[in-house]
Amino acid sequence: MSALLARIVSSRLFWPLVMLAVLFLINVIAFPGFFSITVRDGNLYGSLIDILRNGAPMMIVAIGMTLVIATRGIDLSVGAVAAIAGSVACSILLGAPDPADPGTVAIAILTAVLIALVLGTWNGFLVAVVGIQPIIATLILMTAGRGAAMLITEGQILTVNSAPFKVLGAGFVWGVPVAIYLAAGVFLIAVLFTRRTALGMLIEAVGINPEASRQAGVRARGLLFLVYIFAALCAAVGGLILTANTMAADANNVALFIELDAILAVVIGGTSLAGGRYSLVGTVVGALVIQTLVTTVYTVGIPPIITMVFKAVVVTLVCLLQSPTTNEALAAFRRRLALRAGKEAVSV
Amino acid sequence: MTELSRPAAPAAHPDPIIEIRDASISFPGIKALDKVSFRMFPGEVHSLMGENGAGKSTLIKALTGVYQIDSGSIVFDGAPVSFRSTAQAQEAGISTVYQEVNLLPNLSVAENIMLGREPRRWGSIDYRAMRAQSRVVLDTLGLDVDPESMLGSHSLAIQQLISIARAIHINAKVLILDEPTSSLDADEVAELFRIIRNLRDDGVAILFVSHFLDQVYEIADRLTVLRNGRLVGEHLTPEILRIELVEKMIGKEIGTLEDLEQRVRENDQSTPESVPFLRATGIGRKGSVSSVDVRIGEGEVVGFAGLLGSGRTEVARLLGGIDRADTGTLEILGDGIRLRTPRHALSRRIAYSSENRRAEGIVDELTVRDNIILALQADRGWFRPIPRKRQDELAQSYIEALHIRPANPDAIVRNLSGGNQQKVLLGRWLAVAPRLLILDEPTRGIDIGAKAEIQKLVISLAENGMSVIFISAELEEVLRLSHRIVVMRDRRKVADLDNDDLTIDNLLALIAEGDADEELGETA
Repeated sequence: MSALLARIVSSRLFWPLVMLAVLFLINVIAFPGFFSITVRDGNLYGSLIDILRNGAPMMIVAIGMTLVIATRGIDLSVGAVAAIAGSVACSILLGAPDPADPGTVAIAILTAVLIALVLGTWNGFLVAVVGIQPIIATLILMTAGRGAAMLITEGQILTVNSAPFKVLGAGFVWGVPVAIYLAAGVFLIAVLFTRRTALGMLIEAVGINPEASRQAGVRARGLLFLVYIFAALCAAVGGLILTANTMAADANNVALFIELDAILAVVIGGTSLAGGRYSLVGTVVGALVIQTLVTTVYTVGIPPIITMVFKAVVVTLVCLLQSPTTNEALAAFRRRLALRAGKEAVSV
Repeated sequence: MTELSRPAAPAAHPDPIIEIRDASISFPGIKALDKVSFRMFPGEVHSLMGENGAGKSTLIKALTGVYQIDSGSIVFDGAPVSFRSTAQAQEAGISTVYQEVNLLPNLSVAENIMLGREPRRWGSIDYRAMRAQSRVVLDTLGLDVDPESMLGSHSLAIQQLISIARAIHINAKVLILDEPTSSLDADEVAELFRIIRNLRDDGVAILFVSHFLDQVYEIADRLTVLRNGRLVGEHLTPEILRIELVEKMIGKEIGTLEDLEQRVRENDQSTPESVPFLRATGIGRKGSVSSVDVRIGEGEVVGFAGLLGSGRTEVARLLGGIDRADTGTLEILGDGIRLRTPRHALSRRIAYSSENRRAEGIVDELTVRDNIILALQADRGWFRPIPRKRQDELAQSYIEALHIRPANPDAIVRNLSGGNQQKVLLGRWLAVAPRLLILDEPTRGIDIGAKAEIQKLVISLAENGMSVIFISAELEEVLRLSHRIVVMRDRRKVADLDNDDLTIDNLLALIAEGDADEELGETA
């Protein structure tokens, strides 16, 4: 029994899940209807649905970020890329004769995604070919990207009216918000893409030991291109959802600080910023923790002024729980458990 | 064992400034120091000799408080000590200057010399005093360097001398110089030696660690030889011949000599002199090795012998595509080729197994299975994953063939012992079925059992037609396994021995430098 407990405690998902459970508990206490899901007009509503739907864009961005971080990199430009994607889509819709035409919407979305592809390639180029440190390389696009988005929107907040586009952010299919499908889809693609091919293992190998990987013939350069492109594509999807949600392209404020939340989600999920082994499931849990935290602030009625402080406290806690020092203490605790289990076995 | 005969203490200073008695240090799976005794006298330059894995750096780390000894004792300046950190050792008067200067390039020379012990005035740093004191220290060393200039603006040689200045300012009684000359040119070495001699004459005990025999003979008064974590002997430098020294460093066990000569003869199935698998002509790389010729037949084991830094690893890296050769030509089965990357070499069925297992070999957070399939998978590309069933078969077959323990493909490689990590790495290279396998120090730092298994493996691989380049600091091992031996010295190839020339005396003479016959005559 203790051995099982020890295994569970040592799992990388243990603390993120505990955190999530604690947050759920706080919410239920403050708001007994927290877990209730109601059906209205055939669509699902409730706090949990809200968390999933509102958290979807950040979760998608975090999934892309996970692979970048696994290669020892980081992508600070995802917020800017999200803003560009939203701005591009809105400006195309505004310029089109009929923004509600599904064909036009498809073109708008596709163009936004294509541009993200180019931006991801740019990041990949800077990191893999030029050899700039990822944090600096993506900082370039982080700052320049918002400016580019401003140019696209000509400094305006572009408001569009297009029912098919709005579906991305606020639509339902079979009662479930479209954003949730998109998040699930990106997650599935990422998992299949990396775990059903050799990509995941090779990405981890490059992240853990680049020189050993090079000597084993791994083409790190291509892998780096791939992860930065994937991160940018994820950012575009996140940006499109956020834009569709408000039906307005606000180059300055859409997806603001999303890169920080995404990095946080990855770290909470147990993927080390030093690169190497990554966990996409962990990232999803991490994103849920962050989003639940935001919800908790509202349900518990914490004044908005101290929201940031509250968030900081929780994040500090999670990081403490995952620090090597804490893990050593936990390992000692596990050894004691195992020892006790051994003694019990002997005495029986 | 510890009561080896020792040369007399110097007349001027009969008591050692520092003495280690019967010190042992163990790491998981390996005894890094085994009852080693070592002493240094004031006013002497002492050289610590030994090949990779001999225990030199462990001994230095024990002296400077990085490692704690498991048993034995350290006596410094007449009193037993047990340093808990380098800072403590430094405070007591033991300073180390490392190969890579570990000072701060963007601070001034004076700030670097005084770092952590800045003169203070009214609670803030007294820069004027700092400059003046630095000036004094630099002058005693005869260094004409502006104390206010940035450290980083000086050459590596000057930076190293400034590290020494820093040690002097801390009032070092024992100064440890770890490979101080490896990146210096001849003039800079002369300057360093001038300073070392001055310090020696002032009564400082200097530990000079270098793999350049010439320099050791030039500067050292006394030397201690270690091998495989054990003390081999302490000698006054003028009293030991170069060839004896190399013999002691590399080891020569007379008992096995007959056995291995037998082995060599058995191996000598005289591979047909058709087209060799690989022929390198005049390959070299700027700042590394120059103009080396190597020929390797199919099914042939070619040993690379030479001391550390002789160029044996550098040549192997050129042949494995790890570094790019900038001179010379390379032919594989008669086709001219330039190896651009390790990947390229692997595609031509050449695998290089690095001497640096941790940094360049294993991927320590991945499983045994992933590590074994890594090179094979990299070759197949991203989208043709090796099916899980095949992965398991591969992992299982190498775990069995190489006796990897634990025999669990899901074990994380970091948790394996050194020998087992090495076997996992071997499994990775064997999985790509190379035609030339370059093994750089595959048996370093692993236990005897694993060592013997790897040696056996090399023989059977060659019997099955694989060409092997075998590099080891242990001459005996190279002799036992090789059909032919390429001897390297000072980054050049000095001999290519086969058949009757393959004797340990021949090799020792060649490695130790000088005319082989002459030295052989001397020792005979």
